[in-house]
Amino acid sequence: MTTAVDVTALRRRPGLRRLRVFGQGPLFTAAVLLLAALVAVALFAPLLAPYDPDALDLQATLAGSSTDHLLGADQSGRDVLSRLLYGARSGLLGPLVVVALSTLLGILVGVVAAWRGGRVDALLSRSMDLVFSFPGLLVAIMFVAVTGPGMTAPVIAMAVAYTPYVGRLVRSIAQQEKARPYIESYLVQGWSGWTICVRHLLPNIAPTVLAQSAINFGYALMDLAALSFLGFGVQPPTADWGAMINEGEGALLQGAMLPALAPSVCIMLAVVAFSIVGEGIADRVAKRDR
Amino acid sequence: MTAVTAVPETTGASGLVVDGLRKEFGGRAAVEGVSFTLRPGGSLGIVGESGCGKTTTARMLVGLETPDAGTVHLGGRDRSARARGRAERLARAREIQMVFQDPYLSLDPRISVSACIEEVLRLHFPLDAPARRRRVAELLDQVGLGEREAAALPRRLSGGQRQRVAIARALAARPQVLILDEAVAALDVSIQAQILDLLAGIRRDEGIGFLFVSHDLAVVRHITDEVVVLRAGAIVESGPTTSVLTSPEHPYTRLLLDSVPRPGWDPARISAGRRALA
Amino acid sequence: MQQNLLEIDDLTVRLPEGRAARPILDGVSLSVAAGEMVGLVGESGSGKSVACRSVLGLLPERARTDGEVRVAGRDVLTLSRDGLKELRTRQVSMIFQDPRASVNPMRRVGDFLTEGMRAAGVPAAAATDRAEELLDAVGIRDPRGALRRHPHQFSGGMLQRVVIAAALASRPSLLVADEPTTALDVTTQAEVIAILTRLQAERGTGMLFVTHDLELASAICDRVYVMYAGRIVETQAATDLFDRPRHPYTAGLLACTPRVEPDAAPPRPIPGRPVSLAESPSGCAFAARCAHAQERCSVEKPVLRQYDGQGLAACLRADEGILL
Repeated sequence: MTTAVDVTALRRRPGLRRLRVFGQGPLFTAAVLLLAALVAVALFAPLLAPYDPDALDLQATLAGSSTDHLLGADQSGRDVLSRLLYGARSGLLGPLVVVALSTLLGILVGVVAAWRGGRVDALLSRSMDLVFSFPGLLVAIMFVAVTGPGMTAPVIAMAVAYTPYVGRLVRSIAQQEKARPYIESYLVQGWSGWTICVRHLLPNIAPTVLAQSAINFGYALMDLAALSFLGFGVQPPTADWGAMINEGEGALLQGAMLPALAPSVCIMLAVVAFSIVGEGIADRVAKRDR
Repeated sequence: MTAVTAVPETTGASGLVVDGLRKEFGGRAAVEGVSFTLRPGGSLGIVGESGCGKTTTARMLVGLETPDAGTVHLGGRDRSARARGRAERLARAREIQMVFQDPYLSLDPRISVSACIEEVLRLHFPLDAPARRRRVAELLDQVGLGEREAAALPRRLSGGQRQRVAIARALAARPQVLILDEAVAALDVSIQAQILDLLAGIRRDEGIGFLFVSHDLAVVRHITDEVVVLRAGAIVESGPTTSVLTSPEHPYTRLLLDSVPRPGWDPARISAGRRALA
Repeated sequence: MQQNLLEIDDLTVRLPEGRAARPILDGVSLSVAAGEMVGLVGESGSGKSVACRSVLGLLPERARTDGEVRVAGRDVLTLSRDGLKELRTRQVSMIFQDPRASVNPMRRVGDFLTEGMRAAGVPAAAATDRAEELLDAVGIRDPRGALRRHPHQFSGGMLQRVVIAAALASRPSLLVADEPTTALDVTTQAEVIAILTRLQAERGTGMLFVTHDLELASAICDRVYVMYAGRIVETQAATDLFDRPRHPYTAGLLACTPRVEPDAAPPRPIPGRPVSLAESPSGCAFAARCAHAQERCSVEKPVLRQYDGQGLAACLRADEGILL
């Protein structure tokens, strides 16, 4: 056998592996597909929903599963499936803003702390510890107490509360990365710290941060749903999973499971899917760095 | 004409003049009163065992650490304190460049070989794109790399090839002094000799001064003219490499020499000598 | 012929399809007799580490093997899980390159030293006494105090002594050392080597010493095997190997190693680079880098053959005496 043949045979392999990267395993693929479906549902809810989510139909009150109402109807006779589909919107939008803000803020705080070190690091790290020690949900409720119910205040509060999760991680991996000779070689070449951070340090730590943010997304979704469940977040009659569980409580007492159960299952699936995706990305990063 | 002197020339001195360098970490002096001179185009070795302060010294010269005391001058210009402003930072970078020990960690994994050299050129010289490309090709050719390697990401390259890239990148800034911090220590023996050959050629052609930081006396013997032996942060012996390595005066230098394995080598005697010295 | 302590017999190890173009070990045979110090020398990718790990039954994941690795006559590759455990706790000990990576940083040195003995049923007090003896034997002052300390309180050289002490705790008949001094300073290396050779001689332990450093191997070993691209290309008594290498690769390694002696010639590089796992050259793997290669070298695979003396070399032109 000649050298050339063997080498091309090997060359083809990395390509194959790249395809498989998307499928960390069947579980990872399933989680990604589920999340993609969730986003599609949120975007196209008006096209997919069989009914207006807020339309009352008192004749259908607490109807069970049927061809008219696949997941039945709630106490006010609103179609559960339609509300579930619309609920994906606030269910995803809230956490999206929380994660986007907390990731940005966390990267900023973490990188600055790691890069500057010394007193700046001490100050930022202690501030993060302080935020970290407050339960995010409690801060969000306190915000709501001041501003009145609605999503804006709790989303901002949660974004702040989630910042230390990202910030601490970024600080520790940025510290490791900063000590690597490739970063030092850029310093020796005369680049400014700012340029090195933006062009070299950040892109190299980004996958790890992404993994953490995916996991945070699931938690934020759960926390915001809890706020809505408690009546502090999304206000009725807007369709929202957390609020639906709250409204479904009454139905539950009257023996109708679906109005509360359906949104609960949705939340659970979404949170688990985000965790799996996050862990999957983290695994890949670990393999790459090995 | 000795270029290595305990008392460096004062005014108008050319070359790299290091005087009374000191650095503490957590109250313990890692480097203490280190002075030497590297004449322009010369080659100086700093040898010693791990923790002797040789790498800390190199890092101070290049600005990765700030000395607690002492001065570093190159061509009469002071570079002891932290650089102020972009212009000074760039000017210093064109004075001294550095090649690090670990070829697997000293290149950004996301940046291709040619891009990593091109960005240095863009930072330091006002060249247009075609001129930059020509210079990149020239630099890679100088270190024995071709177009295929130029397009590759670091992970596609062997350790030796990566170290060639690191050398080309350091040369891109046209420095007067190149610091090689254990630059061949992580390479296979057969590759190590290639890189040493390459370095010798570069020094001959470009007249760049070499500061060769190493634990390996055999390597230092073949690539340096002068040598400084460090122990616990301080210089114990210095002078022309051949004389230091053929007739060492300090018992520690002698111990280092004896420790290099060779046929008929007697490790038991060496360890006895080491205990006597400690 | 008297039975050797270790006999690797025509060992071939292949990685799963697609992971490598050539076997990582290709027909490797070597032996270590009781009390003998044998060097295994090669560059990265030569397969030296794979070969030495196979002695403990440690093989790369999903690798396929042919051939035998016999320790005291028993084939390691076919041993059961219990058999392997027995082999590792009683007959063969291994010392790795990085002492920090082979010691649990959270546990005291005393626990690290005695756990093996305790598992083998030695009472606690006796195990502690023995651990003290061992630390004393590897030249650690105040062995009693050392037992209570944690790994981070030791320097690299001192910790490698602790690792050696632990390796000797089970009184193995065979010691396998994979680059045990590569991470250490030269003066520390000399001390650790002095300890290893002394203990090895005192106890009659057989030793397989794996290193990239041909000088070091020739300085301390009785016999040396040189590996290239998964094959053994030459073996000789250490002194002969140093003075009269038969294989161009061995000669090249000797010529490219910088020497500290005042009259030594400058190192002469071997062109090219070691064969990676992605390449599978036909004929002699070294042909592409060899100054003496002829056309037939890249076609015909040389086998290990005996030439005038005791040694074996796998070179088609070795009998022409081109290196002498």
